[in-house]
Amino acid sequence: MSTRAQPAGAPPPPETETGQAPDQAALSAGARQERRLGWLLCAPAVVVMIAVTAYPIGYAVYLSLQRYDLRFPGQAEFVGLGNYGAVLSSPFWWDAFWVTLFITAVSVAIELVLGMGLALVMHRTIFWRGTVRTAVLIPYGIVTVVAAFSWQYAWTPELGYLAELLPTGEAPLTEQWSALWLIILAEVWKTTPFMALLLLAGLALVPEETLKAAMVDGATAWQRFTKIMLPLMKPAILVALLFRTLDAFRIFDNIYILTAGAHGTGSLSILGYDNLFTALNLGIGSAISVLIFICVGIIAFTFVKLFGAAAPGAEVKR
Amino acid sequence: MLAACGGDEASGRPTLNWYNFPDDSGALQKAADRCSQASGGRYSISYNKLPRAADGQRQQLVRRLAAEDDSLDILGLDVTWAAEFAEARWVREWTGKAKQEAVEGTLRVPLQTSTWKGKLYAVPYNTNTQLLWYRKDLVPTPPRTWAEMLDMADALSRQGKPHLVEVQGAQYEGLTVWFNTLINSAGGSILNASATEPSLGPPAERAAGIMRDLANSPAADPSLSNQMEDQNRLAMESGVAAFELNYPFVYPSMRSNNPELFKNFRWAPYPRVDANRPARPTIGGIDLAVSAYSRHPDLAFEAALCLRNRENQLTAALEGGLPPTLRALYDDSAFMKEYPFSTEVLAALESASVRPITPVYQNVSIAVSHTLSPPSGIEPESSVATIREQIDDALRSEGVIP
Repeated sequence: MSTRAQPAGAPPPPETETGQAPDQAALSAGARQERRLGWLLCAPAVVVMIAVTAYPIGYAVYLSLQRYDLRFPGQAEFVGLGNYGAVLSSPFWWDAFWVTLFITAVSVAIELVLGMGLALVMHRTIFWRGTVRTAVLIPYGIVTVVAAFSWQYAWTPELGYLAELLPTGEAPLTEQWSALWLIILAEVWKTTPFMALLLLAGLALVPEETLKAAMVDGATAWQRFTKIMLPLMKPAILVALLFRTLDAFRIFDNIYILTAGAHGTGSLSILGYDNLFTALNLGIGSAISVLIFICVGIIAFTFVKLFGAAAPGAEVKR
Repeated sequence: MLAACGGDEASGRPTLNWYNFPDDSGALQKAADRCSQASGGRYSISYNKLPRAADGQRQQLVRRLAAEDDSLDILGLDVTWAAEFAEARWVREWTGKAKQEAVEGTLRVPLQTSTWKGKLYAVPYNTNTQLLWYRKDLVPTPPRTWAEMLDMADALSRQGKPHLVEVQGAQYEGLTVWFNTLINSAGGSILNASATEPSLGPPAERAAGIMRDLANSPAADPSLSNQMEDQNRLAMESGVAAFELNYPFVYPSMRSNNPELFKNFRWAPYPRVDANRPARPTIGGIDLAVSAYSRHPDLAFEAALCLRNRENQLTAALEGGLPPTLRALYDDSAFMKEYPFSTEVLAALESASVRPITPVYQNVSIAVSHTLSPPSGIEPESSVATIREQIDDALRSEGVIP
């Protein structure tokens, strides 16, 4: 926990790891009682989480240390980190890694800008507020696979209305770059509303009177946005970015439908899926899954470290 | 699907679940109904449709068999899966009387696909093979070799006539099939006879060279690197091509979609690599196997034999367009009438090649199709070296597949 400046009105942070407040020892019986109750209330959820996630994750780690091919059940053997070596030295892993990183960075950046725009529109809408918000959310409500199929058909020559806009014979889903951009488009279309919703919640954090005061002081709209809104919205922006980055990094369904990973468009999740379900190589496949898990962990950890107090998990309340 | 719950198990009549590719013609459902009738109330067969794409079919079967699902009885396996399913102990060996019946009168090459380590694990249901389709108005006599075909296409292109050669160049199973046909036609094979290591060698380089030559010649379709069977069919029907290497399904389709072109639509044996060596087109098709976890294996063997008996294979051929695996049917007048190219198909089947028979066939196929895609980028020597490395890895269950 860092001791960054807190937004006004936030309570002091509860006990920090160093320099325990003297009242730590003297926690009143009531406070202790309350903390116990808190743990008791959490316990069922914690138990369920451990039951449904810890076992599969542990099993995946165990499998990743084996040479284990479903087709040769008699030949399973312990190979230590051999599978990790095979994966990390494979050009297929690195191709997929850079593709995944590219899709993640570009789509999240575009979503942040568009989402912010949508959030501002929704925030300022006076009439039909509910209708506007519902309309914006529709793409997020459609099942990804269904939406992906409609994109796929739309971009297929002879079938699709979007392919007709292109010169004849163009099949954009068959070239690496055009396919990557279409995958990003599908992702952005689908998840921008989610981003917008999280940012809208952040906009509610910005007090109206602060903005009015700035206007009186002669701040332009851009200055009000960059100097007041953005800093105050930081926690919400970070939550939105973190959630979307973690989601985008694990991208699977859009690619699976649009290109199935052909033409150099496969993400890490597609690579893991193919090695597990097509090659039936549980060892290599699990190693890929664990590596994806580690990447996701690194991303989350980086966010929390870099943006300390504003990151989720830090105490930011209003 | 409630059929999986055993239907009328209570009445003492077991339901056998048959999982096969989705058939829209009704021929497979008809076979299931007939065999249920013919069993005299000892079993009934429920026909369940697998996904349309081969990869999806295999994934569903593998997932359920790995979980020891006992609601699968008869499995329609692609000809490339029998070895894999046998090695993983997911399907039962055919022995005794059932084996005798399965082998009797069945074409030799399809039987190879259902045999692993000298034992029979499935019974050939239908087969398939490619022919050369061409336009008689552009090509008076069909080419006998690849070299001749490319020369003819060149000449046609100089005259400004339709001249493309339609073939499966996308990065998928079809590309492996094309390569397998060429390497076998050149006298080689992808794996050695015992399927323990890659064979490849000079025939593989010749095969890869032909693929590259086509891709870089005027005969190549602009979207070659993305074409599967159906795109080839559509291109031929649109009138831009002079040649097409494809399965017989293109024939009825041409008849209904472009009657004008159909008048000149002809077929010939698959082109050779060497003028003095017959071409060895790769066969496709389905083999029926009995699940290791079936609760009624004896009935399942019996039912599988019924589903592929003469009558049901004839129905599947006439209504579903699936070439039969029983040799005798190729002399059947009804079949020959419906299948004007039955003689050429039979001849192709007699000299056909099979794709490598190995439990790791999937990995082998991916190594081939991934390395040879796009065909225009093939460099025979280094591409074949890459395939060799990746197959080596695959045979040892090492390495990552793309």
